[in-house]
Amino acid sequence: MPIKVLVAKPGLDGHDRGAKIVARALRDAGMEVVYTGLHQTPEMIVNAAIQEDVDVVGVSILSGAHMTVFPKIMDLLHEREVDDIVVVAGGVIQENDVPKLRALGVREVFNAEASTQDLIEGIERIVAAHGRDAARRAAQA
Amino acid sequence: MIAHRVQRDLARAISAVENGHTDVRGALAQFAALGHAQRNGARADVIGITGPPGAGKSTLVDRLIEGFRANGETVAVIAVDPSSPFTHGAVLGDRVRMQRHAGDRGVFIRSMASRTAGGGLAPATRDAVRLADAAGFDVVIVETVGVGQVELEIVAVADVIVVVTVPALGDSVQTIKAGLTEIADMFVVNMADRPGANATALDLKHMVREGAREIPVLQTVAQDGTGLPALLDALAAKRGAGDSNAVRAVRFEVVRRARDAAVRAALAALDSDDASAVLDGLRDHTISRNDAVDALLAILGGPAHAH
Ligand SMILES: Nc1nc2c(ncn2[C@@H]2O[C@H](COP(=O)(O)OP(=O)(O)O)[C@@H](O)[C@H]2O)c(=O)[nH]1
Ligand SMILES: [Mg+2]
Repeated sequence: MPIKVLVAKPGLDGHDRGAKIVARALRDAGMEVVYTGLHQTPEMIVNAAIQEDVDVVGVSILSGAHMTVFPKIMDLLHEREVDDIVVVAGGVIQENDVPKLRALGVREVFNAEASTQDLIEGIERIVAAHGRDAARRAAQA
Repeated sequence: MIAHRVQRDLARAISAVENGHTDVRGALAQFAALGHAQRNGARADVIGITGPPGAGKSTLVDRLIEGFRANGETVAVIAVDPSSPFTHGAVLGDRVRMQRHAGDRGVFIRSMASRTAGGGLAPATRDAVRLADAAGFDVVIVETVGVGQVELEIVAVADVIVVVTVPALGDSVQTIKAGLTEIADMFVVNMADRPGANATALDLKHMVREGAREIPVLQTVAQDGTGLPALLDALAAKRGAGDSNAVRAVRFEVVRRARDAAVRAALAALDSDDASAVLDGLRDHTISRNDAVDALLAILGGPAHAH
């Protein structure tokens, strides 16, 4: 049962090179990666996460808009009763915002220095510990 | 409109089948128990869109969604992309082209990795289609990558099959000929803004004329919507006359099940004592590979299978 991940790029960042590199790295680690393109609103991200029934939503932000985007995403996930989808953040995020994001329920924050290997290992670890199918995955392993 | 909660439970039902946690009957029953199953049996019109990577299938699907929604119909899309044969991972990027429908509750888009070496349809595709039908969608569109001879599985899934191609030089039409005319209900030459579209369409029309069935050949520019009204009209005509397609789908379903049963029988026969004796002979080099195959086929089905 492969881990299914939505790689989302909200906001007005102009390019998606980084997101595509991440998507391919996760694929090469055996994950199924849904990519949705640029300029996603929180509503679009959450709708996609629900329809795709992903284990993880990885949101990459370079524009500094994380403190407006993440609360909306987390609220919507709660409202739609899919709180069991793991959310992780990546991109350029100030150190002092990390605890705030965690308080919102964001499971991990990968800063710009994180390697794709860090991402892969981080996602695998979080899904094993907190993912929706954690028990089933443990039984299969 | 399909409620958020129904969409969520549909998505989860598809995963349950995809991951082998339940079969489609179990999933449909669970779905009904949640109070969601709007109807039983195949009532959604199922449209298969197949063609080579990069032909513009997803962009075309985006346009079709637009067309059906304008007509008040709800649309589910199942978009299948190949899994990597090495890591079994996949990048599923079809949604990128359809994102303007992401906020529309009349639209459900699900990407699926093929999870098989051969690409083409994911094993759970047909189950996903049935579940989307049960959720009440009016139209289900299945996008699959197909090059040359498309796996005939899509025939069992779709009522109408659209083969998408692009203007190209030389042998593109020849490639299509290898099997696709058997299953195509219409051909679309997309990227008609590029040189050579008329020639490609003409080649296809000649090819189609040789067959017994009437197969429209259309040209589109998915990017700007040129040719979409004609495509929607052609689809409407085929959807209205879906009966022979149902017959075709049943034929292929029978072939599929018969093939599955034959494979199971062969595997069982390979476990028999007679078969072990033959395989021992192979290990001891007392029998050639060809003779071993013949001997095993004879064990499976009598001399008729040996050749
Ligand atoms: N010039 C041109 N480009 C198109 C047309 N339709 C799609 N494209 C582009 O072709 C590329 C591949 O399209 P996509 O829909 O993803 O193809 P798919 O792999 O068959 O699903 C994208 O960059 C589209 O914008 C068209 O009619 N004309
Ligand atoms: Mg596509």
